[in-house]
Amino acid sequence: MHEFDWSSIPNALPFLWDGMKISLEITLSAVVFGIVWGTLLALMRLSSITPLSWFAAGYVNLFRAVPLVMVLLWFFLIVPHLLESLFGLPRGTDMRLTSAIAGFALFEAAYYSEIIRAGIQSVPKGQMAAASALGMTYGQAMRLVVLPQAFRNMVPLLLTQGIILFQDTSLVYVSALADFFGAAYKVGDRDGRLVELLLFAGAVYFVLCFAASRVVRHYQNRMKTA
Amino acid sequence: MAYNWNWGVFLQPTATGDDSTYLGWMFYGLKMTIGLSLSAWVIALLLGAVVGVLRTVPNRWLAGIATAYVEVFRNIPLLVQLFLWYFVMPELLPEKLGNAFKQTNPIVQQFLSSMVCLALFTSARVAEQVRSGINSLPPGQKNAGLALGFTLPQTYRHVMLPMAVRLIVPPLTSEFLNIFKNSAVCSTIGLLELAAQGRQLVDYTAQPYESFIAVTVAYLLLNVVVMFGMRWVEAHVRVPGYIGGK
Repeated sequence: MHEFDWSSIPNALPFLWDGMKISLEITLSAVVFGIVWGTLLALMRLSSITPLSWFAAGYVNLFRAVPLVMVLLWFFLIVPHLLESLFGLPRGTDMRLTSAIAGFALFEAAYYSEIIRAGIQSVPKGQMAAASALGMTYGQAMRLVVLPQAFRNMVPLLLTQGIILFQDTSLVYVSALADFFGAAYKVGDRDGRLVELLLFAGAVYFVLCFAASRVVRHYQNRMKTA
Repeated sequence: MAYNWNWGVFLQPTATGDDSTYLGWMFYGLKMTIGLSLSAWVIALLLGAVVGVLRTVPNRWLAGIATAYVEVFRNIPLLVQLFLWYFVMPELLPEKLGNAFKQTNPIVQQFLSSMVCLALFTSARVAEQVRSGINSLPPGQKNAGLALGFTLPQTYRHVMLPMAVRLIVPPLTSEFLNIFKNSAVCSTIGLLELAAQGRQLVDYTAQPYESFIAVTVAYLLLNVVVMFGMRWVEAHVRVPGYIGGK
């Protein structure tokens, strides 16, 4: 049986916290960009301009059919070279964090756009009709009447997707970027205490995600009764 | 941009001299992805059905254990779970068993860890679908079964499950698609499935664009094939009278 030795964790806490900050940074920026781009995609998908709705449908289906790992590999191995040669950047510029955020944001936008599309479609048609009857343009009605209601209904789903995104950020491991999981792995590998560090990382993810999903459920129940 | 496109590279023999072409590597990866996903899927369905049923039974202990199972597997990232199965599990097993595992062929080690990891990860999601399928049945069905003198297990087996299974086929389709995509995570422990072969192709052929485009297209095709297959299944199990039914 394995002899546990947890002594390398206390000293590594500052390093692990730095990793956690990177995980959170990627999560937050990807959530924000993902929701903005996802909203635009959803609006395109629902628009009556055929090329726009085809583009959005193609984009969403493409990103939903490809594994996240594959998307991240594209963004770590291929896209930086492409940008270097396009913009004449010095070779070997470290773009891993930017690449990670861009990759996650573009990938998650496809999932967010499906949530947002369903949210927009769940707003009763009469709302749009009433807004037009009041003399609003399509854009005004969308912005001032439909989207605010749609977003209120979608908050729990968007947050749940955010929790999934937070878990998925551990996949930046493929680029050797030291997010929380990467940091835990490095410490464990260095001290020969991989078992303890991996168990610790798993426990931290569990506590954070479990607590966050509880909060979302609480909010959901309150919304139901309101 | 000066890039030399060369799609013919896939037909060249590999630089390692293993008597295969680069296209052969891709097929090996594809076979690994499919084998891994299908075997994990079978386990996930069986385990998920059991755990999902347990979550709905009127016994606090059983339901509690099933809930804990689902929460654990849903709140830890897949990558972390994979590393726990691959690096940690063999150390925690009784010494004989752990050593036996570590002495088997590395490919078998990687495949087994990946399969168990994907299976349990997916089973928690299947369990949630099974539970919501059972809960979506009108309560009268269970009561009618019990009133006819069926025991609770009999009611599950003959009344509730046959109905619930047919209702949850569409949501299970998306879990089935997910297991293929999630299998790409197993490239991180060195399993040579499709995504890992993509990385190898980049290293060996020095044709990164062709390699990644080919692998991405392979995933797209896999996705399309699975989707059409499941659509056929869905059409055959639909319940008349329900939304989407005949």
